[in-house]
Amino acid sequence: MSATTTETRSVTTAHHSAREHRNRRPVLATLSGGNGGTNWWLTALIAVCSLTVLIPLYFTIITALKSPDQLGGTGFELPTSIRWENFADAYELTNFPRALLNTALITVGAVVLTLVTNSLVAYAIARNMHRKFFKGLYFYFLAAIFVPFPIIMLPVVKETALLGLDTPVGLVLLYTVYGLSFNIFIFTAYINSIPIELEEAARMDGAGTWGVFWKVVFPLLAPMNATVGILTCVWAWNDFLLPLVILSDPSAQTLPLAQYVFQGQFNTNYTVAFASYLMALAPLLVVYIVAQKWVVSGVMRGSVK
Amino acid sequence: MTATAPQAQSPATQPDLPPTNAATPPTRVRRESPRRRGRVPRAFYWMVVPAVVIFFGLHTIPVLTGMFFSFTNYAGYGNWSLVGLSNYINLFQDSRVLNSYGFTFFFAIVSTILVNVIALAIALGLNANIKFRTAFRGIFFIPYVLAILIIGYVFNYLFANSLPSIAEGLGLPAGNLLADPSFAWVGIVITTVWQAAAFNIILYLAGLQTIPGELYEAAAIDGAQTWRRFRSITFPLIGAYFTINMVLSFKSFLQVFDQIVALTNGGPGTSTESIAMVIYRGGFQGGEYGYQMANAVVYLFVIILVSFIQLRFLQRREATI
Repeated sequence: MSATTTETRSVTTAHHSAREHRNRRPVLATLSGGNGGTNWWLTALIAVCSLTVLIPLYFTIITALKSPDQLGGTGFELPTSIRWENFADAYELTNFPRALLNTALITVGAVVLTLVTNSLVAYAIARNMHRKFFKGLYFYFLAAIFVPFPIIMLPVVKETALLGLDTPVGLVLLYTVYGLSFNIFIFTAYINSIPIELEEAARMDGAGTWGVFWKVVFPLLAPMNATVGILTCVWAWNDFLLPLVILSDPSAQTLPLAQYVFQGQFNTNYTVAFASYLMALAPLLVVYIVAQKWVVSGVMRGSVK
Repeated sequence: MTATAPQAQSPATQPDLPPTNAATPPTRVRRESPRRRGRVPRAFYWMVVPAVVIFFGLHTIPVLTGMFFSFTNYAGYGNWSLVGLSNYINLFQDSRVLNSYGFTFFFAIVSTILVNVIALAIALGLNANIKFRTAFRGIFFIPYVLAILIIGYVFNYLFANSLPSIAEGLGLPAGNLLADPSFAWVGIVITTVWQAAAFNIILYLAGLQTIPGELYEAAAIDGAQTWRRFRSITFPLIGAYFTINMVLSFKSFLQVFDQIVALTNGGPGTSTESIAMVIYRGGFQGGEYGYQMANAVVYLFVIILVSFIQLRFLQRREATI
C-alpha cells in the first residue's frame, strides 16, 4: 500500500468516530457501484431476492384467509372472499390461548432466569480467570457447546420424569442450563472489557461482591443482556424438540408443539391449519416488526464481540 | 444456538482498526487483578457452585448415564444387562443407521455451503450503497424469528400443491418433490436455507461493518477491481466470521430434526431420516434405548471430530490469505 493510503486512513479515522462507521460505507459503495449515488441495480437485485422471503409469508397469510373451495390452482391468487372463521376454528381446535400462555410463560421464565443466573456465573468466572478452579469451570462449560442435544435427549427425559421436572418449570430450567455454555462465552468476553476500576470504586464505598455485581456490573451488561435475551427468547419460543420430549401433560403444550400434535386433526383442512400456523407465528413476528432495529442490532452485537 | 466470532481472532481486535462497536467499552486491555494477592471472596463461589451443580445434574449426568447405557441392552423400560460393545458393532451393520449418517452429512454439507454463500452474497449487497437498506435488512432477518417446524408445514404445502400446479402450467413434469425418494432432500434443503440464511446474513453484515471503507479507497487507488477487492480485502478480513459460521452452521445442520418432521417425517421410506430422528424414534418408540445411546455416543464423537477438523482447516486457510 502506498503512502497515500496511510494518509487517507489517518484523515478519515480522525473524522469518523467509531459510532459513525455507517458514514464510511458510501466510500465502499462508490467503488462497487455508481458514481457516488445509490446503486440502483443492486437495490433492484436485493429487492428481487427479498421476494424469496416475502412470498412464503404472503402465501401463509392468504391461505389462512381463504375458504377451502378457493384452494385450487397455484394457491397464490388473492382470496375472493375472506373466511375469518378459520381463525376461530383454529383457536378452538388447538386451544390457542392455553398454548400461547404456556409458550409465553416458558419464554419469559427462560429469559429472566437466563439473564440473572448466566451473567452472574460469567462474572464470577471472568473476574477469577487466573484461578485454576474458575478457569477449569470455564472450559468445562465451554466444552458443552460441542455436545449435540440428541445424546442428552433420551437420558434427560428419564431424569426429568423422575424429578418431576417434565413440566413448563422444568423446561425453563433446561433452557437456562443448556444456554449457559454459549452465554458464558459471550458474557465473559464482554465483562473482560469492563474496567475493573469501576468495581473497585464501589468496593471502596463498602459494597460487597454481590452488591458490586447487582449495582455496578449487571447494569453495565445491559447491551449484552439484550443480546442474550433476544437469542434466548427466539430459541425458547420456537423450540420444538425439547417440549416434545420433556412435557408429559398435554395441557402444557407450547405453540410449535400444538401445530405438530394437531396435524392429524387439521387433516386436509388446510385453511384452518394455516390460520393456526399464522397465529402461532404472529406474536413473535409482531414483536420483531415493532422492535426490528433493536433486535437486529442486538444480534449483531453478539457477533462482533 | 447461535454464532459468535471468537474474540481472539475477531477483526475488531486488530489494533490498527478503530473500535467498531458503539456499545463496547473502549478498554480492552486485561489488567492484573489486584485481588490476585488476596483470597477469593466467598461470594464468587456462591455465584458459580449452584450453577455447576445444576449444570452437572442436567447436562453431564445425562451424558454419562447415556454413555453407560450404550453398553447395555436397555429397552427404555424393564430389566437390562450389560452387553459390552455389541451395540456398537451392530450399529455399523445397521443399514438404517448408516443411511441416516449418509443423509445427514450430505444434507449438512449442501446446506452449509448454500447458506454461507447466499448469506455472504446478500450481506455484501446489503452493505453496499443501496436504497432502503434498513428495510431490506429487516426483511431478510424475518425468517430468524419464525419456528422452523411451522415454516416446514408451510413449505410442505407449497411443495405438495403449489409447485406441481405451477409446473403443470409451464408444461413441466408435475409431482410432489417431497414424495420422490431421490429428490425429497431438495425440499428439506430449500426450507433450511430459507430459514437459516437470515441469521448468517446478520452475522456477515456485522463482520462487513468492521471493515473500514478506507481500505477499499486504497484498493481503488491501486486499481483493484470488484472481485479482486473481495478476494484480497473483504474475504480475509471477515475470515473469522466465515470460519465460525461454517463450523456452527454445519454443527447445527448435523442435528437437523424439526423441518424433517414437518416436511417428510423421514420419508419416503427412510430416505430422509436424520441421525437425530433415528435416535428419537428408536429410543422413544422402538424400545432401543441402549442401542440408540450407542448411536448417540458415536454421533457425539463424529461431531467433535468434524468440528476440530473444520476449525483446523479453515483457520489455516484464514491465516494464509
